[in-house]
Amino acid sequence: MKKNVYLGLYIVVAILLVLPFVVPNSFYLDLVIRMAINAVIVLGLNLLIGFAGQISLGHAGFLGIGAYASAVLPTHFGWHPVVAMGAGALVTAVLAGLVARPIFKLKGHYLAMATLGLGIILNIAIRNEAQWTGGPDGMPVPTMGLFGFELASDKQWYWVVALLLSVSVWASLNLIDSPFGRALRALHGSEVASQVVGVDVVRYKVAIFVMSAVFASLMGSVTAHYVGFVTPNLADFFHSIELVTMVVIGGMASVYGSLVGAVLLTALPQALATFEGWETVAFGSILMLCMIFMPKGLVPTLAAKFGKGD
Amino acid sequence: MLAQFLQFLFSGVTVGATYALAALGFTLIYNASNVINFAQGEFIMLGGMLAVYFTQAGLPLPVALLLAILIPAIVGILVEKLAIEPVKGAETVTLIIITIGASLVIRGLIQVWLGKNTFSLPAFSGDEPIQILGATLLPQSLWVLGVTALVVIALWYFFNRTLQGKAMLATSYNRVAAELVGINTSWVLFMSFAMSAALGALGGILVTPITLTSYDVGIMLGLKGFVAAVVGGLGNGLGAVLGGLLVGILEAMGAGYISSSYKDAIPFVLILLILFFMPRGLFGGKSTDRV
Repeated sequence: MKKNVYLGLYIVVAILLVLPFVVPNSFYLDLVIRMAINAVIVLGLNLLIGFAGQISLGHAGFLGIGAYASAVLPTHFGWHPVVAMGAGALVTAVLAGLVARPIFKLKGHYLAMATLGLGIILNIAIRNEAQWTGGPDGMPVPTMGLFGFELASDKQWYWVVALLLSVSVWASLNLIDSPFGRALRALHGSEVASQVVGVDVVRYKVAIFVMSAVFASLMGSVTAHYVGFVTPNLADFFHSIELVTMVVIGGMASVYGSLVGAVLLTALPQALATFEGWETVAFGSILMLCMIFMPKGLVPTLAAKFGKGD
Repeated sequence: MLAQFLQFLFSGVTVGATYALAALGFTLIYNASNVINFAQGEFIMLGGMLAVYFTQAGLPLPVALLLAILIPAIVGILVEKLAIEPVKGAETVTLIIITIGASLVIRGLIQVWLGKNTFSLPAFSGDEPIQILGATLLPQSLWVLGVTALVVIALWYFFNRTLQGKAMLATSYNRVAAELVGINTSWVLFMSFAMSAALGALGGILVTPITLTSYDVGIMLGLKGFVAAVVGGLGNGLGAVLGGLLVGILEAMGAGYISSSYKDAIPFVLILLILFFMPRGLFGGKSTDRV
């Protein structure tokens, strides 16, 4: 078991190294970059949903904080993009921590409700504060530069995002195998039992929630700089649902499931675009069918079928 | 001053009654199955849209309204039979995703069928506003409030005075025990989906002459109904009704006195405050968990 923990990671890295040389054109390169960005967010969210057994219906709100920090702070206040990105992550961490602490003292799915509320409030604020955010139309984002080097071309962005993804996969694998990860898994198994053996349930849940929110915020900043433009859709309820769906379709508590979920659901709208008008129906049907026939998600279901544990 | 306050109160109570019906729908399904049905808002939309479609098709109003309640109820049953029952005992997240999938399918079908336009329904008994202490009240508001009150009384009677109602209540307290005394719990699940879809649709129909409707109104209405259900203490029927009215009134007051552009944020600020300070909702009882 221990030996092939990293096998999947090597495969992911190998694919990432080869991909830019085989994608046919810039349209697909852009798609791959967006898949990778989503994959990082979903990895973080899966730690929360899959390992802590909690669900967030407002993760796009955190993504929005990061994205708009990267857009608003450099544009209106002349902050350096890196500092702005850090500020966004910090605000997200504080906000997530503040919200999570009282919520996690409750049992049940109140976090879903609280994050849902928070996400919607953030989105409404973004839409209304047009003098800062451009309102529903969105606003342009300055380019990201570091040490006099400007990140501009899609190729450059690809390598940055590929690196981020590889590091995230590696970090997630390690985290799950650490005492922290074991505590999290115990928590999902039985909260009372883990409390009895001395796991500080509330603290762990808050920590994992804050971490996944910060993942989302940072990737929100990356998205903003990569696309060069932000709109409130980035932070809306539907996007939060999409992110949760990626986790659940790929497979809860599965690192590689997160990647599969992100890849499939980022590609899906492109594939469905040919259905003209029927996209929503098709998307909804696929969600339902996946959950009815594979309630554990794609990767765990297939893994079980072919007899390979996890 | 008073007139303005009354005006906000009237519009708040009217919308609040719709939230109350939606919240009752959430409560029914939650009690029967522990599922939070994210498709609830789509039943509200379906009610309004179908009522518009059937009246425009020339059917007499009572027939049109009946169909607009009956069809969503059938859709609710279909959702339960095809999507919820096959995955009994799945994780909450899985169930939430399934109901979200169902809501997308319903919304998408209506969008394809009836388009993206906004529709209106003629008020049931005219548009002549009633003057009360300087504020105006639409006759349709009286319809909304009157019918909601009747529904609440009927539900109270059903749950407290009929065998079927008591069976549903028993299932919500303890499913296994209910099965042991011979209650058909799949019938309970079936009924709760049919009833909550019908309730949602009814709310959607009643409020459409005032607030208009389109294929995408279900999202916000459903979420606010959910807020109302949690405010009232999830699972508590009376709480759901009071929660709905409270959310409606606060929203109208906030829109009137504070900022109309932040109107939609008010229910969600309320829910965060309540979760922080009164986690069981305003009217929820204490609950203990067995280990």
